[in-house]
Amino acid sequence: MRVALLLAQPMEGFTGGLMIGLAAAIMLLGLGRIAGVSGLAARATGIADSGAPRPVALAFVLGLPIGGLLVGLLTGGVIVRYPTSIMTLLVAGLLVGFGTRLGSGCTSGHGVCGLSRLSPRSIVATILFMASGFATVAIMRLGGLL
Amino acid sequence: MKRILVALLAGTLFGAGLAWSGMADPQRVQGFLDLLGDWDPTLAFVMAGALIPMAIAWPIQKRLEKPFADAHFQLPGTTKLDAKLASGAILFGIGWGIAGLCPGPAVTGLAIAPASAALFVIAMLAGMVLERMSTR
Repeated sequence: MRVALLLAQPMEGFTGGLMIGLAAAIMLLGLGRIAGVSGLAARATGIADSGAPRPVALAFVLGLPIGGLLVGLLTGGVIVRYPTSIMTLLVAGLLVGFGTRLGSGCTSGHGVCGLSRLSPRSIVATILFMASGFATVAIMRLGGLL
Repeated sequence: MKRILVALLAGTLFGAGLAWSGMADPQRVQGFLDLLGDWDPTLAFVMAGALIPMAIAWPIQKRLEKPFADAHFQLPGTTKLDAKLASGAILFGIGWGIAGLCPGPAVTGLAIAPASAALFVIAMLAGMVLERMSTR
């Protein structure tokens, strides 16, 4: 392992993280809900029929790209490097959608909200999806796919 | 109306945080998961930053009878550790590793890299529908 310190953005990462945590705190203390993007996206689209009221879920989900757009306008552009393979995007998307619903959450719900609540389910889920993510990328690296 | 504005504000701040932190960039996220390559620790700083406001918010939540803009707290109460939770988390991790994308950054990406993000989001929603059909 080589640590790519020159590539890292510790300050932007930390301050951006604070914004994410503050947003989750607004959802918790303002609306009494977990800011879990997979659950809110499922609710906003009507895929899930329980959870936040649909207009609330829709408003949160619509806010995400608005926030991305605002940062893009303020900074002159957000750098994003997506996989170029359509197949990669589709397979990964299917797994992320299926897995987050089956496991009741993703990086935001389990990772940010659940870990800070010391929820045993979220701690287990976060350890497992992290481990599985590390293993997947390691296999891709060893298989010459990266 | 008040609830919708609060949710919109929270979502916007969340998306802005993802874009500002570099987490809207799939390659940076994958770089964190890439222990055998050039490891990019940025995600750990994001996580540390995000946990601070929430570590303050949870004790406040315990003292409140109800949230500021809604009638009740609606929080997950299950504590059961089961195979669904574990297999779901593992499958999610595989998809996360393959593309460096999870739901928040993908939806945020709709405004930054619309074509690629939309492909991922459509597949993600299809995965959610499949899960619903398979578990009922």
